[in-house]
Amino acid sequence: MIEERFDAIVVGAGMAGNAAALTMAQRGMKVLQLERGEYSGSKNVQGAILYADMLEKLIPDFREEAPLERHLVEQRFWMLDDKSHVGLHYKSDDFNEEKPNRYTIIRAQFDKWFSSKVKEAGAIVLCETTVTELAQDAYGKVIGVRTDRRDGEIHADVVVLAEGVNGLLGTRAGLRERPKPENVALAVKEMHFLPRETIEARFNLKGDEGAVIEAAGTISRGMTGMGFIYSNKECISLGIGCLVSDFQKTGETPYGLLENFKKHPSVAPLIEGSEVKEYSAHLIPEGGYNAIPELCGDGWVVVGDAAQLNNAIHREGSNLAMTSGRIAAEAIFQVKSRRDPMTKQNLALYKKMLEESFVIKDLKKYKDMPALLHNQSQNFFLTYPQLVSKAMQNFVRVDGTPKKEKESSTLRSFVSARSWTGLFGDAFRFARAWR
Amino acid sequence: MSTDVAVRVEDKLFYNRYQVDPGRAHIKVRPHTTPSPQLKALLKACPARCYELNDSGQVEITVDGCIECGTCRVIGEASGDIEWSYPRGGYGVLFKFG
Ligand SMILES: Cc1cc2nc3c(=O)[nH]c(=O)nc-3n(C[C@H](O)[C@H](O)[C@H](O)COP(=O)(O)OP(=O)(O)OC[C@H]3O[C@@H](n4cnc5c(N)ncnc54)[C@H](O)[C@@H]3O)c2cc1C
Ligand code: SF4
Repeated sequence: MIEERFDAIVVGAGMAGNAAALTMAQRGMKVLQLERGEYSGSKNVQGAILYADMLEKLIPDFREEAPLERHLVEQRFWMLDDKSHVGLHYKSDDFNEEKPNRYTIIRAQFDKWFSSKVKEAGAIVLCETTVTELAQDAYGKVIGVRTDRRDGEIHADVVVLAEGVNGLLGTRAGLRERPKPENVALAVKEMHFLPRETIEARFNLKGDEGAVIEAAGTISRGMTGMGFIYSNKECISLGIGCLVSDFQKTGETPYGLLENFKKHPSVAPLIEGSEVKEYSAHLIPEGGYNAIPELCGDGWVVVGDAAQLNNAIHREGSNLAMTSGRIAAEAIFQVKSRRDPMTKQNLALYKKMLEESFVIKDLKKYKDMPALLHNQSQNFFLTYPQLVSKAMQNFVRVDGTPKKEKESSTLRSFVSARSWTGLFGDAFRFARAWR
Repeated sequence: MSTDVAVRVEDKLFYNRYQVDPGRAHIKVRPHTTPSPQLKALLKACPARCYELNDSGQVEITVDGCIECGTCRVIGEASGDIEWSYPRGGYGVLFKFG
């Protein structure tokens, strides 16, 4: 048993946990961080796009030493049917700036570096330690944790739950429900290695420039889901994810979707001849604003994916995790500085500060989107991509059909697939959920 | 309706590194005679194909290839079909890239 008492215990050394532990340690608090992996990052999976702004707030000069892959100069959105893609590509030389805004990273390597900063700031980081339970007093106040390493409890004034999307401890202690199948997506991912020059040629990049592709359409076979292809220095991250409830309903397999995605004629040439070095899987919170659980209680706060703070529409998660971790730590520090107890009422400062940040504001903006995409998944992920591909083909193929006939045939195919009311309804619902 | 190409998941798992904890399965399937719909769903939904049907028609799990995603927990824990925990600290899958 560890006899000493800590100001704070942080469970998990992912994006949220590292941000929280770093912030508290920098302010001189006595912090213990517990991580079940061999090292910080060894259990973590991400695409992965890193958003610089949120990391800058924690480590201003991170660009000098963090293991970054490529700075992004191009974003592609692809709508796929089985044989084609309709794309929106945005590439700008503006992104070749002194302090680029987005980078690709490799999580296992990035987290290891992030964790070294946490240690430098003075936190005690114990890896290979799974927290099995929260320790609570007779009134339900969280007073510490139990681990699989030592007998007995480790005590702290406050426990920061940064345990990721599964949030096992919070569920076990009755602080929140286990994630529902319709509120989490399962993503599978592979790392495809290729020579640097090959990647740069295939994505039309120079030097450390990077490009990312987000893809939706028939690849998810009518389920709510998306694929991604991100360029790193010497490898390509490729993956696809769909709601767990959809997998459950359809009996599709995640690896089946992945293989099909890789074989798509727009995708296959990008990874041809690559050597795969890893296959991973992870859940992503997709329930949005309506799925956010209670964020604090007596002796605890929850941050990052464990609090479902994830913006699936923009594929942002790590930045919400880092920001919520930092804000929770700042709130805890304020409460501590006033010598106030870590009660639910006092820790509600974290909730208030989070509501004022982009984290809750963005999630609130899209609060109706998850339900819309979920209920209309057949239309948005199967019917429309097919129709759009047909329309594009009709537009570009030159075969002597008068343009007027072509246009009305395109229109007819939309109306017969979805009806006028269906089309207007979808457009209206989508616009409203986006607003 | 599944339109699957034949995929050998074993080959995919072969890329990964694991620290196996012999004799300590972190996930357990509740003994049953006929599998529930949830258990049947796990045969397809688990990305590491850890769940398999045995010769007498029950769902069994082998955790060695588990990539610790939590999907089976989300599908099968509420109904009591499975018991789910993380492996002991340091054990299980070790991602080099993630
Ligand atoms: C395929 C995929 C692609 C993504 N792409 C992007 C992207 O491009 N950009 C982006 O911003 N976000 C992306 N995300 C989301 C992003 O990865 C998450 O939002 C982010 O990692 C959440 O950070 P976290 O710290 O809350 O959780 P995690 O990073 O999951 O960290 C949780 C940590 O807690 C540890 N832990 C859990 N339970 C215990 C326990 N009981 N005891 C000890 N340790 C424990 C875990 O081992 C882990 O280290 C993606 C996610 C996935 C799955
Ligand atoms: S946690 Fe994921 S990989 Fe492991 S058995 Fe469950 S579904 Fe399969």
